[in-house]
Amino acid sequence: MTAPTVTVTAPTAARASRGLWGDAARRLLRNRPAIVGLICIAIFISAAILAPVIAPYGPLAGTLAERYQPPSLQHLMGTDTQGRDEFTRVLYGAQVSLQVGVIAVFLALFMGGVIGAIAGGLGGKIDAVLMRIVDVLLAIPGILLAIGIIAWLDRGMLQLMLAIAITYVPVFARLLRGSLLALREADYVLAARSIGASRVRILLRHMLPNALTPLIVSATLVLATAIIDIAGLGFLGLGPPDPRTAEWGTMLTDARKFLELAPWLVYFPGLAIVISAIGFNLVGDGLRESLDPRLRR
Amino acid sequence: MLKYIVRRLLGAIPVLFGLSFILFAFVHLLPGDPSRAILGQHATPEAVARLRANLGLDQPLYVQYFTYLGQLLRGDFGASIINNRPVLSEFAVRFPGTVELTAAALIFSIGVGIPLGRLAARHAQGWIDGGVTVLSLVGISIPVFVLGLVFVHIFAVELGWLPTQGRLDPRARLDIVTNFMLIDTLIAGKFGLFVDALRHLVLPAIALGSIPLAIIARITRASVLDVSNEDYVRTARAKGLRERRVDNRHIMRNAWLPVVTVIGLQVGGLLGGAVLTETVFVWNGVGRWVVDAIGNRDYFVVQGTVMIFALIFLAVNLVVDIGYAFLNPRIRYS
Repeated sequence: MTAPTVTVTAPTAARASRGLWGDAARRLLRNRPAIVGLICIAIFISAAILAPVIAPYGPLAGTLAERYQPPSLQHLMGTDTQGRDEFTRVLYGAQVSLQVGVIAVFLALFMGGVIGAIAGGLGGKIDAVLMRIVDVLLAIPGILLAIGIIAWLDRGMLQLMLAIAITYVPVFARLLRGSLLALREADYVLAARSIGASRVRILLRHMLPNALTPLIVSATLVLATAIIDIAGLGFLGLGPPDPRTAEWGTMLTDARKFLELAPWLVYFPGLAIVISAIGFNLVGDGLRESLDPRLRR
Repeated sequence: MLKYIVRRLLGAIPVLFGLSFILFAFVHLLPGDPSRAILGQHATPEAVARLRANLGLDQPLYVQYFTYLGQLLRGDFGASIINNRPVLSEFAVRFPGTVELTAAALIFSIGVGIPLGRLAARHAQGWIDGGVTVLSLVGISIPVFVLGLVFVHIFAVELGWLPTQGRLDPRARLDIVTNFMLIDTLIAGKFGLFVDALRHLVLPAIALGSIPLAIIARITRASVLDVSNEDYVRTARAKGLRERRVDNRHIMRNAWLPVVTVIGLQVGGLLGGAVLTETVFVWNGVGRWVVDAIGNRDYFVVQGTVMIFALIFLAVNLVVDIGYAFLNPRIRYS
């Protein structure tokens, strides 16, 4: 006796599904503000990567005789207080912001993710203790925490990354914990529990993947604020240890004293920061809409 | 209601302990020795040892922590390494400058942000809405210090409409009573100086208020749109109420809650942003003081100020949450 073959047709939509990410990417590309954002990010990233190739001068090259030159064909963005080419330095500045920003956000995502996963996944006393720690970090307003950390750890690239990262750990920890708590009562988690899956397995295989999307959205938005914070710390003189480093915030500190003489030294690095931040803000908003179809209006 | 307030107050206690512990750890557990940092790399070992003993750094850590905690409870936030003045009193002298600035920024951001958000919601999807959306995007994407520098360049350097820096004309003679310039000038009865103080306040307040403005406008728009779709709003319109009455009585009353929450959340950002704004505008407040302290490696000033800032921030959040619970009974009983 042969068993009747049963063909199961999945209730797919007429359009072939490309999975969550494929769909999200397609929706993102149909979102006009998000495209503008992607272009901004593309400019930012290519400036960082291609700086050594496109930059017409070295980031530290310049003589005092050539300082304060207004924008011209030789110096597209003029020259700074030391006679260095501003365009070159804006390009190299993107490297610092990109490196520090991305690494800091990943660090924050990792630390916050671990705290949030443990708190939201296990609950109980551990949750209560971890959330109190997060509350403590949240009690120190934003950039002040970063300022405090660098003041203690001294200036340095690693310190800069760590300072920015720690500022955003509470954001990610709370977010992940919140989504995990909401997922605990989801039907598929109940189902997994009822067939005897272990807590760790349920957490890692069933709950985490479903809690990732808000985390990704918020990481993109945090990257925008992280870039602004890095520049802010640089502006306060807490940026990269070598004051000659081309970093947008540090460049603005120099520019501040010569606002009457060379205002372009404020506008170009400022514009660079704004473009990068706008890019990540627009893409973050776009991702939120495309990853969560319920949010679309 | 009282139960809720007590619960929130009790909840703040472990946070305060945690905070004191973290700030303590910053000074004592990390590599680097404050006394070494104070005296510099070339100090003799004897001098370092003497300072360590003076600062109590030769005691066991737990003793140091409890000493520190005891000082905190007595309102002693340490003293400056540079001039030995107590942090709290120095803070108190400069704090009015920061409050004046942040309050002006908050008033500006609320006063402009809410009407903008309402306007955008009323003309949703139109060009006004689009304009407000773009404005708020730029608002959250532009750092306060960049906006501040651009303002100084345009309105002070180029147009000469407003002063570039400071809180008052440096030639002005004024008795400092409260260190709120707007109040002190009025106490002295010098109306001209009051206007001068106001003129000094305009640029920094707008620069600092730009981010909260953007966020408040966004939230107001979203919240008003949300409420506008409710059945009771349609009912109100259907029964022939004037649009203005529907707006004020049915929509705004219910749209306030998220807006109030967000306004409360801005205070922390404003305090942080004040540090940068004060640096741009050479504004005599707590922010510039902290930045100078970092430059001078005056660790205890930084530690004390962060602690005081956190206390203020916690207190503000508490007040906002209580206000929120007052407005929304559902919070109280959860």
